[in-house]
Amino acid sequence: MVERVLRAPAQYWMLIVLWIRSALAYPASFVLMLVSSMLVTVTDFIAVLFMFSHIRSFGGFSLPEMALLYATASMALGVADLVTGSIERVGERIRTGSFDAYLIRPVPAFLQTAADGFALRRLGRPLQAATVLVLALIHLEVDWTVARGLMLGVSLVAGSVIFGALFVLGGAFQFVSVDSAELANSVTYGGQALTQFPLTIFGKEIVRAVTFVVPLAFVNYYPVLFVLGKPAPLGLPSWIGLLSPLVAVLMVALASLAWRAGLRRYRSTGS
Amino acid sequence: MGVYWAIAVRSFRRFSTYRIASVSGIFTNTIFGFILCGVYLTLWRERPGLGGYDVPDALTFVWLQQGLLMPIGIFGATTTNELGERVRSGEIAVDLYRPTQLLLWWMSVDLGRAMFQLLVRGGAPLLVGALVFDLKFPTSVSLWPVIALGLVLGILVSFSIRYLVALSGFWITDSRGMEHLALVLSLFFAGTILPLVAFPGWIGTVARATPWAATMQVPIDIWLGRNPAGTGAALVFQVGWLLVLLLIGQFATTLATRKVVIQGG
Repeated sequence: MVERVLRAPAQYWMLIVLWIRSALAYPASFVLMLVSSMLVTVTDFIAVLFMFSHIRSFGGFSLPEMALLYATASMALGVADLVTGSIERVGERIRTGSFDAYLIRPVPAFLQTAADGFALRRLGRPLQAATVLVLALIHLEVDWTVARGLMLGVSLVAGSVIFGALFVLGGAFQFVSVDSAELANSVTYGGQALTQFPLTIFGKEIVRAVTFVVPLAFVNYYPVLFVLGKPAPLGLPSWIGLLSPLVAVLMVALASLAWRAGLRRYRSTGS
Repeated sequence: MGVYWAIAVRSFRRFSTYRIASVSGIFTNTIFGFILCGVYLTLWRERPGLGGYDVPDALTFVWLQQGLLMPIGIFGATTTNELGERVRSGEIAVDLYRPTQLLLWWMSVDLGRAMFQLLVRGGAPLLVGALVFDLKFPTSVSLWPVIALGLVLGILVSFSIRYLVALSGFWITDSRGMEHLALVLSLFFAGTILPLVAFPGWIGTVARATPWAATMQVPIDIWLGRNPAGTGAALVFQVGWLLVLLLIGQFATTLATRKVVIQGG
């Protein structure tokens, strides 16, 4: 078991290098796709900029604070999408029967599904998120402490892991319903659309839901509140953001159980 | 004429087989609808009357938009993506061989798709939204034909743009880069990221004059009765862009047909 886990990164790397090399075979097309991927994802932030041409504060957040929220949400989703996003094609694989091939190869089916059609152009979103993050950090007025700096760094990793686990959960659900790829989008891409805004604007019920049901608030909202020194909603302690790595670990455990259950349930379409 | 009708009907039937995909699509649209309502409620509370919309206008915009994204083909559509794929693979030769007009053939295919998605997905998010929020519905029966006309024109303008993007493959071999670029323009100028009425200054003026505005923003404004120059002018704006784009489309088809060299035998 331990040996299998240790071998996984190298195996995953081997699989994605294949796809990267195939994408780089057409360098001009690749650059065009990367740039347009950055442009597509930056449109959300342009919407925020346009809003701030009419207003000074949005739900108690200034423009640099909104930029920080946006950048952390977009970075977390972008990294998760890059690494595990391909898993949403598992339903297609199951329907056509090509999933069988994954089960007879000497690499875990999970790694093969996650690396399937690895698209380096998805680097566009993390790249634009990083740009917005730098701009936000330049314009923010925060009393930086070691704890706050660490929180920001840790939350980017934990947030990516939480979104990654959600992608895997969505993939696992496709073992039950092969046509439901778009359903998972509502928590992944929908989650990014939600977490780029201060969650309190959506009302207490939503804040409760994304804290206790689908823990999207731990992706970036609670960590950002901690960094900015803002109080947490629902009377929660202000350090609740520090729990974000713990939530990430729990989500990974849940996703891993779901994926295994899905794999056990799998019956080939046969031919 | 009969042949194009038959194509549209078959395309409609083809798309009607994707049932679970439609249901999960409606679910996703609804989730995004609620998220955007939260955002727009905050925005319009901070700036009441922004862009001439009141709060019910802004919320109705959200639910109409979520229902119309797929039928209009704001993110591109399966049909025109397939056309691009056929140009790339060379299968387009079969289409050119048929005794039909290429543009009208694919327009029929796209209309069949759009009509199915409009019927199944168009109204569903609006109904969910209406259960929770106070939304605006057309006040008189006489408005319905006008709204329907605006929607059909919006779909046709969107098709004409996507058709040109797909045909670009005749010159640059792979239309996928262009599809991406078209997606950016469509997200930006159709009113997907923010209603065009809330765009600031000259960017707003430019955005509202583009053909993408004719695809989604204009039909929604017809529903809301908020077209700045009136509904009549809005329809003329749509027809104008449609004629221009169809002329370019037909011209591009002629050029492409002359250029195409079919290999093999």
